Amino acid sequence: MKVLKALGIVLVLMALAYVGVMLPGGRTLFGVVFPYLALAIFIIFFIAKVVGWAKSPVPFRIPTTSGQANSLPWIKQNKLDCPSTTAGVIGRMVLEIFAFRSLFKNTRAEIHEGPKLAYGSSKFLWLFGIMFHYSFLLIVLRHLRLFTDPIPAFVHALEFGDGFLQVGAPTLYITDLVFIGALTFLFLRRLVLPAIRYISLPADYFPLFLILGIGITGVLMRYFVRVDVVSIKMLTHGLATFQPVISENVSGLFFVHLFLVASLLAYFPFSKLMHLGGVFLSPTRNLANNSRMVRHINPWNDPSIKPHSYASYEDEFREFMVDAGLPVDKELPPAPAEEVAPAEGGASAESE
Amino acid sequence: MTGAVPKKDWMDTPAVFKPGNYCYPGKESMAAYHGKNLPGKFGPARVWDVESDDWKLVDNWQQILLEGMKERLEKFRSFKIFMDCCVRCGACADKCHFFLGTGDPKNMPVLRAELLRSVYRNDFTTAGKILGSLAGGREMTFEVLKEWFMYFYQCTECRRCSVFCPYGIDTAEITMMGRELLHLVGVNTNWILEPAANSNRTGNHLGLQPHTFKENAEFLLDDIEEVTGIRLNSLTFNRKGAEILFVIPSADVFADPGIFTFMGYLLLFDHIGLDYTISTYSSEGGNFGLFTNNELMKKLNGKMYAEAKRLGVKWILGGECGHMWRVIHQYMDTMNGPADFLEVPKSPITGTVFENAASTKMVHISEFTADLIKHDKLKLDKSRNDHRIVTFHDSCNPARAMGLLDEPRYILENVCNNFHDMPENTIREQTFCCGSGTGLNTGEIMDLRMRAGLPRANAVKYVEEKYGVNMLACVCAIDRATLLALMQYWNPNVEVCGVSELVGNALIMDGEKERDSGLRFEPLAANEGETDV
Ligand code: SF4
Ligand code: SF4
Repeated sequence: MKVLKALGIVLVLMALAYVGVMLPGGRTLFGVVFPYLALAIFIIFFIAKVVGWAKSPVPFRIPTTSGQANSLPWIKQNKLDCPSTTAGVIGRMVLEIFAFRSLFKNTRAEIHEGPKLAYGSSKFLWLFGIMFHYSFLLIVLRHLRLFTDPIPAFVHALEFGDGFLQVGAPTLYITDLVFIGALTFLFLRRLVLPAIRYISLPADYFPLFLILGIGITGVLMRYFVRVDVVSIKMLTHGLATFQPVISENVSGLFFVHLFLVASLLAYFPFSKLMHLGGVFLSPTRNLANNSRMVRHINPWNDPSIKPHSYASYEDEFREFMVDAGLPVDKELPPAPAEEVAPAEGGASAESE
Repeated sequence: MTGAVPKKDWMDTPAVFKPGNYCYPGKESMAAYHGKNLPGKFGPARVWDVESDDWKLVDNWQQILLEGMKERLEKFRSFKIFMDCCVRCGACADKCHFFLGTGDPKNMPVLRAELLRSVYRNDFTTAGKILGSLAGGREMTFEVLKEWFMYFYQCTECRRCSVFCPYGIDTAEITMMGRELLHLVGVNTNWILEPAANSNRTGNHLGLQPHTFKENAEFLLDDIEEVTGIRLNSLTFNRKGAEILFVIPSADVFADPGIFTFMGYLLLFDHIGLDYTISTYSSEGGNFGLFTNNELMKKLNGKMYAEAKRLGVKWILGGECGHMWRVIHQYMDTMNGPADFLEVPKSPITGTVFENAASTKMVHISEFTADLIKHDKLKLDKSRNDHRIVTFHDSCNPARAMGLLDEPRYILENVCNNFHDMPENTIREQTFCCGSGTGLNTGEIMDLRMRAGLPRANAVKYVEEKYGVNMLACVCAIDRATLLALMQYWNPNVEVCGVSELVGNALIMDGEKERDSGLRFEPLAANEGETDV
C-alpha cells in the first residue's frame, strides 16, 4: 500500500510534466519556472534547516565512544573511533562521511533454537549504499557538461574514466549501471526483508521512486530514445547563465526528467534526505571525547538547581550521626534535662 | 520470539499492558516529593493504574507534552537532528537486546524512535503539517502515550544501536527525551522515583541512613579480618582533610555480590596506604535522576562536588558503577562544575597525573588500579584466583559513553591466570546490556529482563562451554545486581563479581595470615589439592 502510494505520486508527477508541456506556456513553466523555483526552495530551506539545527545548542558532550578512550599514557587510544582532539574528530568524520564507517561495522544477529544467537558480518547495506551515493555523485558531476562552456577538464576526465568499458555507442557509463543497480537493490531490500518493510514509510519509498524515475528517464534519453542534445544543452546552459532559451526540439521525455529533478530538489529539505546535512552535525559523532579533561558550557544550565544541602542532611540525622561516632559540623544541643521529658511518641521526623 | 513481523502496520498495533510487562507507577508520595523539589517537572502526584484506561491525566496533557517537546528541541541539537535524519535503513534494527530477546518489532531502535518521531513530524515539520499521515505523522493520542510508556521503559539507554547508525543516531538520547516528557505529565515508575527520592534525602538510593550505612560498611571489616587475619583501620567516614573522597555505588556496601567488590576496594586502599574517606551524605554514585530528567540528574549529582568541597579533599575517586560514570564523564563538569576547589588528580602512590580528568577531577577506580599495577605498586598473587575462570562484561556506560575498555582487562590479566573474552560482536563497544539498566531492575518485569538479557547471557554461555568460565566480572553495580539474576536463570554455573573483588583476592597484605579462602569464604583452588608455600 505504502509502496503503491509512493509509486503513484511519482507517476502522477511524470504525467504532469509530460502533458503539461503540451499546454500553452507549459514549456516555459516546466523548463524554466519550476527548475528555478525548485532550486530556490532547495537552497533556502536547506540552509534554513541547517541553521535551525545549529540554533539548538549542544549542552553536553555525548559522543558514542567506539573504542578505547584517551586514558593513561601507556594505554593505546583508538584515536579514530574515540577521538579526544579536533584532528581525531575530523578523521572520524571523514571516514564516516566518505567511507560510511559505521555501516561498515554492521552485523547481523539471528536467533536460533536453543535459544542461541548467531552473528555474522553484514556488509551489503554498506556496499550498496556506497555504490549508490558515489555513482549519484559522479553522475551529478558528469552533468556539469550541460551547464558549463567550456566544459571543465575534470568532467572530461570523469566521462573518460566512467566510459572506459567502451561498450556500445553511445559509450556505456559504468555509473549508470551501478546507480540503477544499487537503487534497485535498496528498493528490493526494503520490500523483501520483513523487518525493513515494517519500518518503511511512504516517505522512504517516494524518494527511491523519484530517483529511480530520474535515472530511468536519463538512461532512456542517453541510450534508447533519440533526443536533441544540442537544444538540451542550450536550455541547461541558458538556465545556468540565467538566459534560458527553449528550442522546439527538446522532447517531452527531457521535461519529465527535468521535472523529477526539480521535484527532488524541492522535496529534499523537508525530508529524510536532509541526512546529507545532518551527518555533519550529529553530536554523537562530531564531538571529541574529552569531557573530563576540558570543561564545556551548557548555555541553559540552571544555577538554581542545588543538591539537597549537607546542612539539612545533618539536621535530619544529627542524633544518629553523633551516636554512630560520625563527625558532625554542628554539635547536638546540650540535652535538656532528659529525665523530665515524657517518652511519648518521640522524635519521628525520620519516618520510612 | 524470533520475531515474525505482524501483518498490521505498526501504527495500528496498540500497546497492551499485562501483569509482567510494565513497571509499577510511582507512589503518590514519591511523585509529590520530587514535584516539591523540582516544581513542574513531575506532573501531578496521584494514584493511577497502568492497566486502566484512565491514567488520571490532567486535561491538557497533550499540550504539556507538545510544549515539552518544543522546549527540548530548542535545548538539544541531538534531539532535533535525530528527529530529522533517520533514513530508516534498519542498520540499528537487530542491534537491540530488547528486540533480539522479545522479537517485538517496536523494540527495534528505529521504531522505538519512530514512536516519538511520528508525533514530531505531525506537529513540528512542514511536510507533516500539510501531508499528515502521508508524511508519516500522527496525532498525540492516549494510545500513543501508552506506547511511549511501554517502549521507553523497554530501552536501557545502552547506546548499542548508536554504534552502528550511519548518523550516530542515539536512541538512548531519544528515550531520555521521551522519559523526560512522560515525567512532565506524571507518567512514571516507582522503581526510579523511590530510589531517586532516597538518594536525595539520605544520600543513597537504598535509603540507608548515615549510621546504618557506616555500620554496614564496617561490618565488612569483620569479614575481611576473618579472611585475611588483619583488621583494617583505614576506613573513615565524612573525615575532613582526607586527600581523596571515594564515591561508591551504594549497593556495594549492602548487596551481595557488591559487598565483595567493596571489600576489594578497602583492601586495595589499605595496601597502598591511601588517605581517603567515604561520605555518608554523598554515599551514592549511581544517579537515578538520569532516568527521569536533566534537572533531577543535576540535583542528585551535585552532592559529590558539594561534599568534596566541604571535606576539603584534593580530588575524587569513583567506584565501579556504570550510570554513575556516564553522568560523571559526560555531564558532571558541565552541570555542576567548575570544580576549581579541587586539584588535578595525582596518584599519591605513583605520582601519575590523570590528565584525562584534569577538569572533572574525578578518576575511575579501574584507571587508578591499572596505574598502580603498571608501576608495580601492588603485591599480587594471581594464583589466588585460580578457582575463577573469568570473562569480562563491558558495562554499557563505561564502554560506550566513556571508552573505558582496556583498563579493566589489564587489571584482570594481572590478578588472575584465567581470563577469556567473549566473542568480539558482544564485547567492548559492541557489548550487550545486562538487560535491566536505567531503572528496569525491578521484580515485576522479571520475564522481560531475562529476555532482554538473553544476548548477554548467550555470549557468556559460549565462553562457559568453550573455556569453562565460571565468573563474570564487570565494573557496574547495576550489573552486579542484574547479571546475578540473569546468570542464575540462563547460566547457573557462572557467578558475578566486580573487578575489584578479584584484586582484593589477589592482594598480598602486610601481616596477613595464610589465606585459605577468597573474600566470599569460598575455598581457594590451591587448598583443594595439595597445599604448598
Ligand atoms: S541505523 Fe540510524 S538511520 Fe538507520 S534506521 Fe537506525 S536510526 Fe535510522
Ligand atoms: S539504546 Fe540500547 S536498549 Fe535502547 S534502543 Fe538502543 S540498543 Fe535498544
